[in-house]
Amino acid sequence: MSILVIAEHDNAALKAATLNTIAAAAKIGGSIDVLVAGSHCAAAAQAAAALAGVAKVKLADAAHYADQTAENLAALVVANAGGYTHILAPATTFGKNLLPRVAALLDVAQISEICGVEAPDTFVRPIYAGNALATVKSADAVKVVTVRTTAFDAVGQGGAATVEAIAAGPDLGLTQLVGRELTKSARPELGAAKVIVSGGRGLASGENYHALLEPLADKLNAALGASRAAVDAGFVPNDYQVGQTGKVVAPQLYIAIGISGAIQHLAGMKDSKVIVAINKDPDAPIFQVADYGLVGDLFQLVPELTAAV
Amino acid sequence: MRVLVAVKRVIDYNVKVRVKADQSGVELANVKMALNPFDEIAVEEAVRLKEAGVVTEVVVVSCGVTQSQEQLRTALALGADRAILVEMDAAQAETLQSLAVAKLLKAVCDKEQPGLVILGKQAIDDDANQTGQMLAALMGWPQATFASKVAIADGRANVTREIDGGLETLAIKLPAVVTTDLRLNEPRYATLPNIMKAKKKPLDVLKPAELGVDIGPRVTTLKVVEPAKRQAGVKVADVAELVAKLKNEAKVI
Repeated sequence: MSILVIAEHDNAALKAATLNTIAAAAKIGGSIDVLVAGSHCAAAAQAAAALAGVAKVKLADAAHYADQTAENLAALVVANAGGYTHILAPATTFGKNLLPRVAALLDVAQISEICGVEAPDTFVRPIYAGNALATVKSADAVKVVTVRTTAFDAVGQGGAATVEAIAAGPDLGLTQLVGRELTKSARPELGAAKVIVSGGRGLASGENYHALLEPLADKLNAALGASRAAVDAGFVPNDYQVGQTGKVVAPQLYIAIGISGAIQHLAGMKDSKVIVAINKDPDAPIFQVADYGLVGDLFQLVPELTAAV
Repeated sequence: MRVLVAVKRVIDYNVKVRVKADQSGVELANVKMALNPFDEIAVEEAVRLKEAGVVTEVVVVSCGVTQSQEQLRTALALGADRAILVEMDAAQAETLQSLAVAKLLKAVCDKEQPGLVILGKQAIDDDANQTGQMLAALMGWPQATFASKVAIADGRANVTREIDGGLETLAIKLPAVVTTDLRLNEPRYATLPNIMKAKKKPLDVLKPAELGVDIGPRVTTLKVVEPAKRQAGVKVADVAELVAKLKNEAKVI
């Protein structure tokens, strides 16, 4: 087997999701190459070369890869797909945008968001928002797969791969980036955080959300998350959302505050190692998945908790 | 400009799905079916573009069993002008995969020549999130996935996308493929007069063979199981007990 992992990066550094994807590749077995395509992204390529298990890093450096648009990247991946049995990317918005395009150009299926590897051609993936798990077997010569990052522990350092510059493809000129509005935060990324403090409608307002949850998150070095209800009510932006329609997370500790536990939210966090729920309603469904439940007024309990940790 | 909207018949999102005892799949018999919610948003966006005078005709297309006509009628009641069903039997529909759907949609695009195709970002049954991107690849068109805002002017679309960590806006040349995220719009309810009117709107039925597309699956489902249930834990009396448990028992802080 020979696997090509498409690195997710911001031209300066690798995204953590790339490390989980390489871990999934290691589980499939065989040699692992990493493609880093970007602009002035040599540092990201060097970082990939230092990861355990990586045989070779292919570096395509050109201005038209700076914004990571799917059209130019997919063409590059397809041009460099020869000889590989598997092409992997993280099941992030980056990978989900890119890999189906790659698969269609190669005329093969794409297998989405695998959470387990049974054999080099057989994978486990969630369907129906995680309410069922399907084991699927691919008949294609090339398996094009996105990886649920929370299902695979990140690979460590210790590699010494070579970095090989490869030719850039043409700029197809189909798409132009107009701008990005990224949430600026000193906190860990939601997808990679060890601790997540998450708030729901019980907080009643955006002001309360920030006033109560930020001090707790600061103390625990946690990322901040939210239920869809809190997002819909305008407390926080959509990229805070944990759930079927938001992000799927699996931290060591997930603290759900004022979240009732709708199925759609549970689908996004039920694989967390330890779940704590704080809610005034003792019958809230969140308590059915919580390891530790605390019934009471969050406006009193959260400051107490912040003071106690 | 004509807009094509692709829609799928799926288990209603309020239904709790049940895995079949023989692990061959999910129980579909006697289960309430509905228009995939992300596709409903796609229909709404197309209808709004028509109401704004940007597009002239909204065509909805679905690939699936005969009963998918119900979901096409729903889309017509929401304001689409006509519908196309690429019809197949239940066995074919159950193993129909994204690449095959993208090829069927490409064949429909070749006939209909839309300036824009809008699809839901994913169907809530198999959660693949592939068809739009695959269609864009097969057409050689640009794609703007996970859209939360679409503005069209001068042969281009400016699309704001929901990405990890925030938003990004792309300018794409038309024709193009856009897939919808949840916050793009809030679909309207179909009114009774519009439901009645929808019954008279044209609905064409085609077969995959007429479109020259092989819809055989590339991926076989070996089994479908329920995920392991998480056990409920304990209620703690106060913050002090909670912190003690997190420190000493769970050892996570």
